[in-house]
Amino acid sequence: MRVRPFENVVAEHGATVLRVCRAVLGPVDAEDAWSETFLSALRAYPELPADANVEAWLVTIAHRRAVDVGRARSRRPVPTDTLPDRPATHADPAARDPDLWTALQRLPTKQRQAVAYHHIAGLPFAEIAELLGNSPDAARRAAADGLKTLRKHYREDETA
Amino acid sequence: MTTNLFDELGADGGALDRLHQRLERNADTAGVLDVAYRTIDTPVGTLLLAATTAGLVRVAYDVEDHDAVLVGLADRISPRLLRAPARLDPAARQIDEYFAKRRTVFEVPVDLRLAEGFRRNVIEHLREIGYGHRESYATVAAAIGNPRAVRAVGTACAHNPLPVVIPCHRVVRSDGSTGQYVGGPLAKSTLLDLEAA
Repeated sequence: MRVRPFENVVAEHGATVLRVCRAVLGPVDAEDAWSETFLSALRAYPELPADANVEAWLVTIAHRRAVDVGRARSRRPVPTDTLPDRPATHADPAARDPDLWTALQRLPTKQRQAVAYHHIAGLPFAEIAELLGNSPDAARRAAADGLKTLRKHYREDETA
Repeated sequence: MTTNLFDELGADGGALDRLHQRLERNADTAGVLDVAYRTIDTPVGTLLLAATTAGLVRVAYDVEDHDAVLVGLADRISPRLLRAPARLDPAARQIDEYFAKRRTVFEVPVDLRLAEGFRRNVIEHLREIGYGHRESYATVAAAIGNPRAVRAVGTACAHNPLPVVIPCHRVVRSDGSTGQYVGGPLAKSTLLDLEAA
C-alpha cells in the first residue's frame, strides 16, 4: 500500500483536530496546539505504519501537545487584559462562542478530554483510557458525566 | 444533539487556511518539508510544480493527473509533502515570464533524482537545446553516444520529470512533425509556436 501525501492527512483531519484542541484548550491556545500537533506528526509521518488509525494517532499527539500547551499557559506570568497578537482569531466565528468554551472549561480536565476525544474525534474508550491513564470504564463514565454537565450548563448559559 | 453541540466549536476555512500557512512555514524552518508543491495556470493548462530542498523536482501537466503525481512523489521521494507555494515562487515567476515571452532560459535549481541512468543522460542533454531550437530524436540519440536508441530517447522524453523547464518539447521527429509529448501534442505545438514567434 502506498503512503498518502501528508497534505491529504491535513485536509482530511485538520478540522477535527482543531475542534478537539478547541474543546480541550479553548480558542486561544487551540491554534498553538494544532500547529505543534501537525508539525510533530509531519516529522514522524514516514515511520507511521501503513495500517495505523491516522486520526487516533493525531489525537494522541494533540493530547500530548495540549498537555504541554496547558503547562506553558500555567507558567505564563500575570494574565493581562491585552489579548495576544492574533487578530484573526477574533474574526473567527467559532472561536467567538464563549458559552460553549465556558461550559467546557467548567468540566474537570479528564471529563473535558474524554468528551472531546470520544464525541468529537470518535476514539474508542479503550484508546481514551490509555491517553488519560485510567480504565475504559472510567473513560466512558468521564465522557458521560462530562456531556451531562455540559448540556446542563451550556443550556443555562444559552438561556441566561 | 451531540454533533450539533460541538459544531459550535467549528473549524472554519479561515482558521484552517491560517493554520496551514503556519504549518508550511514551521515545516520548512524545521527541515521536515521534504516536498513542497503548488499549481500555476498557464496557456498549456494548470501545471503542478514540486520542489525538494535541493530544487525543482517535478513539473506535471493536468493530463498526468496531479493527485496521482503527488502520490508518486510521496512514494518515490517522501510522504512529508505539503502544498506550500513559497518554495515554488521563483519557478512559478519564471514560468509566467516564459509564457509572457520575457524569458528564454530557466534559472532555478533543479533536482533530477527522478531521472536515472539512460533517461538521466537524455534529460541532461535536453538542457543544452536552446530556446527556439529543435533537435530530432535521432540527433539526441547520437549526441548522447547511443545513435541506435532513437525510440528510447522518445521514451526518456515522455518521462521527463520537468517538462517546460527542461525542454523535451524541442525534440521533434526527423520529418519535422512535432511528435508525441507528455502534455499532449497541442501543448507541444503551443510551446514550439511560442518560441518561434
